[in-house]
Amino acid sequence: MQQFPSPIDSLAHTRVTECYQCGKCTAGCPVAERMDRPPNQLMRLVQLGLQERAMESEAIWLCVACQTCSARCPKSVDCAGVMDALRELSASAKTSADQSARKSVPAPAQRRTVIFQKAFLQNIRRNGRINELELVGEFKIRGFLGDLSVPLLMKDALLAPRLAQHGKLHLVGERVRDRGVVGRIFQRCMEG
Amino acid sequence: MEFGYYPGCALHGSSNDYQASVGACMKALGVGLRELDDWICCGASAAHSINHKLSQALPARNLALAERDGLGELLAPCPMCSMELIKAAQAMRDDAALGREMSEIVELPVSGRTSVLNLIQVFQKVGLDAIRVAIKPDSAERVGGYKAACYYGCLLTRPPKLLQFDDPEQPGSMEEILGAIGVTTVDWNFKTECCGAGMTMANEETVLDLGHKILANAAAHGANCVVVACPMCHVNLDMKQAAVEARHGVRLDMPIYYLSDLVGLALGIEPRALGIDRHFAGKR
Repeated sequence: MQQFPSPIDSLAHTRVTECYQCGKCTAGCPVAERMDRPPNQLMRLVQLGLQERAMESEAIWLCVACQTCSARCPKSVDCAGVMDALRELSASAKTSADQSARKSVPAPAQRRTVIFQKAFLQNIRRNGRINELELVGEFKIRGFLGDLSVPLLMKDALLAPRLAQHGKLHLVGERVRDRGVVGRIFQRCMEG
Repeated sequence: MEFGYYPGCALHGSSNDYQASVGACMKALGVGLRELDDWICCGASAAHSINHKLSQALPARNLALAERDGLGELLAPCPMCSMELIKAAQAMRDDAALGREMSEIVELPVSGRTSVLNLIQVFQKVGLDAIRVAIKPDSAERVGGYKAACYYGCLLTRPPKLLQFDDPEQPGSMEEILGAIGVTTVDWNFKTECCGAGMTMANEETVLDLGHKILANAAAHGANCVVVACPMCHVNLDMKQAAVEARHGVRLDMPIYYLSDLVGLALGIEPRALGIDRHFAGKR
């Protein structure tokens, strides 16, 4: 069994220490220009054991998980996997006592993305499949109440008739028959 | 020829045009699709961002269903689904202990032996010669006017080591299929740049800016349509195109087709049966 030097490495099954800062991840990243810290700087922070600072950056929530960085890394560091690991640790830290230790309030991009992804998973947990209307509703309401500049109704209300007109609006979502097993899978993975 | 079929949530939701297109094409080519019974969501990017184990278990449940029902090859037309399924299958093949753990979690034995295919791979298995034979004599009238920019996005070719499909920087498999049905394709720069994928809801500005770059580059290289094989690429480039135009003050009016739309048209299928009437952009 390989020994990984940091929790990020073991979660992402990669070796961030291999990174020699060529910057190819950042050069190919489609959203690097929007990030407070570009991917190569995040890799450096993790190398130095400063993953807390990497977890606090808004950048990990702007990452679109396109995998370009990992595909191009000459040292085969799974940079996109590291981003996943940072998000997973950051999202779970927010629900625990670690939150009080965090200096800064999470950025809107982070809160929007986490709210969306949690609503997405809740939706699967309930139905086994995504019910788009329910998901959009839940995300919008939570985002709006959380004042995350998520417009509650206007834009979507304007789009709904067009979706319906194009035969793309489903008022009744699908549910799988065996929802019991879906619930148990979630329980075993998230609470087990 | 028959394949197992994992539609995924998008194709049963607002990407029902893709479902219609894939279904009609396969029927015309004599390919049977057996939908996986009681399939569940693959977890998509939410699962792999929030809980690693869940991002393996949700695909593993579907792979277990495929193994139970004897479906050796599974078409997943959504690249997010196919990538998540392939990733979980590979992880279980690499680590038998993980396979045993997943079998307990998903309550069915699973080993990861299923071969998961994207839409392009299924067309390749049907064979370009068989497609050439199947297209209608008047296909040039139907599709000969298209100059297509083939857009692969992220997850058809990435991560390359895992997917082992086409060239991750300069893919050409869609161009080959379109070439076989008489569609001209253009060389352009943004074949594998990301459209923002599942960030449509959480981070719309990013998606609109990435979409603008992709669509403007396709137009600059003489394309009169963009061809995709992904429901998220289609949402971001088609449904969001009016918002891209408004945000960037441009007029694009670029039709976005699924690969199966153009193949279907060449096979003599009516646009309505392919779901093309449900598209938003390129109708002015």
